[in-house]
Amino acid sequence: MADLAVRCAGVSLRNPFLLASGIWGESGVSLTGAWNAGAGGVITKSIGSVPRPGYPNPTVETYDQWGLLNAMGLPNPGIDEYPREIEVARRAGATVIGSVFGGSAEEFAHLASKMAATGVAALELNLSCPHAEGFGTEVGGTPADVERIVRAVTKEVTLPVIAKITPNTNDAAGLALAAERGGAAAVSAINTLRALAIDVHLRRPVLSHRLGGLSGPAIKPVGLACVWQIYEKVKIPVVGVGGIATAQDALEYVMAGARALEVGTQVTFEGVGVFGRLSRELSALLEQLGFSRLEDAVGVAHAATSLPPD
Amino acid sequence: MRTVVRVTERVLETPSTVTLRFRYAAEADPGQFVMVWLPGDDELPMSLSYTDGPSKGVTIKAMGGTSRRVQSIRPGDPIGIRGPYGNRFDLSPHRVLIVSGGSGAAVLAPAAQRARASGAAITVALGATKAPELLFRDRFRDLGARVEVATDDGSEGSKGFVTAVAEHLLATEPFDAVWTCGPEVMMKKVIAAAAPRSVPVFCSMERHMKCALGMCDACALGPFHVCVDGPVFPAEKLEDVPDFGTFHRDPSGRRVSY
Repeated sequence: MADLAVRCAGVSLRNPFLLASGIWGESGVSLTGAWNAGAGGVITKSIGSVPRPGYPNPTVETYDQWGLLNAMGLPNPGIDEYPREIEVARRAGATVIGSVFGGSAEEFAHLASKMAATGVAALELNLSCPHAEGFGTEVGGTPADVERIVRAVTKEVTLPVIAKITPNTNDAAGLALAAERGGAAAVSAINTLRALAIDVHLRRPVLSHRLGGLSGPAIKPVGLACVWQIYEKVKIPVVGVGGIATAQDALEYVMAGARALEVGTQVTFEGVGVFGRLSRELSALLEQLGFSRLEDAVGVAHAATSLPPD
Repeated sequence: MRTVVRVTERVLETPSTVTLRFRYAAEADPGQFVMVWLPGDDELPMSLSYTDGPSKGVTIKAMGGTSRRVQSIRPGDPIGIRGPYGNRFDLSPHRVLIVSGGSGAAVLAPAAQRARASGAAITVALGATKAPELLFRDRFRDLGARVEVATDDGSEGSKGFVTAVAEHLLATEPFDAVWTCGPEVMMKKVIAAAAPRSVPVFCSMERHMKCALGMCDACALGPFHVCVDGPVFPAEKLEDVPDFGTFHRDPSGRRVSY
């Protein structure tokens, strides 16, 4: 079996599969559950300065094959209340990455410093939620914004900072470069794709927020393209996210350049048992393809520059 | 995916409780819930109070603003339904004690109905604040269940909590299972009363719910999610859950003490 341990953004991971932010993660016991099921690390819900209930329901729409559309609206208990949940997961030995979202570079820096004090291993900056007014994509949608926010945070904290960037752009690589210039230790890509569902009987959008973000199998090819383009531009590691449900999905991301991976929607479909399964299957697949270590497969698809012979 | 249906019937069950009936063909079992969408307003989890056949129903007590708006729905109004979700009551026990507090009967009545149809003997300890608020008393009786009533003000049955009725029944009669739904303090007392007699207790649990898919963590209950691991939990699963009877989470995820 191939070795799945990786080092990414200065954090040693027992395997590359991280619980994506926003899935479970409101409670420390849930984070612990994902860790105990074999996740390489767990990323918290995105935490803001004050408690936030999120949007009214409906907040999700489901699709049989594609995945999920959601506009939860960044519900979270706030940075003053949340550390007790992190403490639960840390006491269980989990590698916890703290996700934060702010409305300005200053707010990000403030949140980062409070999150760092909880003892998390790294921070992930949510620069990419597609459905929250004044947050996410709205403050992290351009390279200049990304660089300013990441710089403000990296000045404030010594922890590794992962910038989660949006696919709702024509230049994901440009955003990643900006994060690198700002001092990020890694970038994660992608967040959900802005999307919409309409109920034709009621002649109205399904989600209370109208627009939401699409996740799951439908977005894997989009995520792969972003990771591919980012890998070609930046030197810092890339965390691949978007529609990972099988070991092959995972390995596609790794070969496109990802050193670590986030799993979200598949946790919804399968439960946290997905973590153990993906690790077993990826390890076997790597070995079958001649890799003894996951690290050796990172970005290999970029070396295939010439067309194979007829 | 949701199905938009028209409400076919609205029944005022008690002064504070309303049943909405609608046609929804999906197979459903007692214990399961659906997400009910009020277009332009909100979407709420509701246990099915009628599970058999294509005419389903939900029964809701007026609590906050949203539940009042659900109650204001009239026949002909469109609502969106998705589900059913969650697990179900094990209907195999023969001698069942049902302990219902407040609107708990909404999920317990269809369980009694299905169990009676297969010949189970059902005893119901039915509690409410006052006589007019006794939910589904006549429905239980019409099914052939024995109903023992407790009201806080003594206006019907014994005065006091329904747990006293349940404790007495458990102490004096044999049961194969207890099904309960109501305030968590009440359910904890029921579990304590059944424990010395080794009668298994099954609790229908409630938490704030958003996605109903096991994604958002809003309905986290210890290591469980009420939407996919519940709503029906055997008491032994709840034993080591510190949340049970202690706290739930508000829509932001903050812990709120009971």
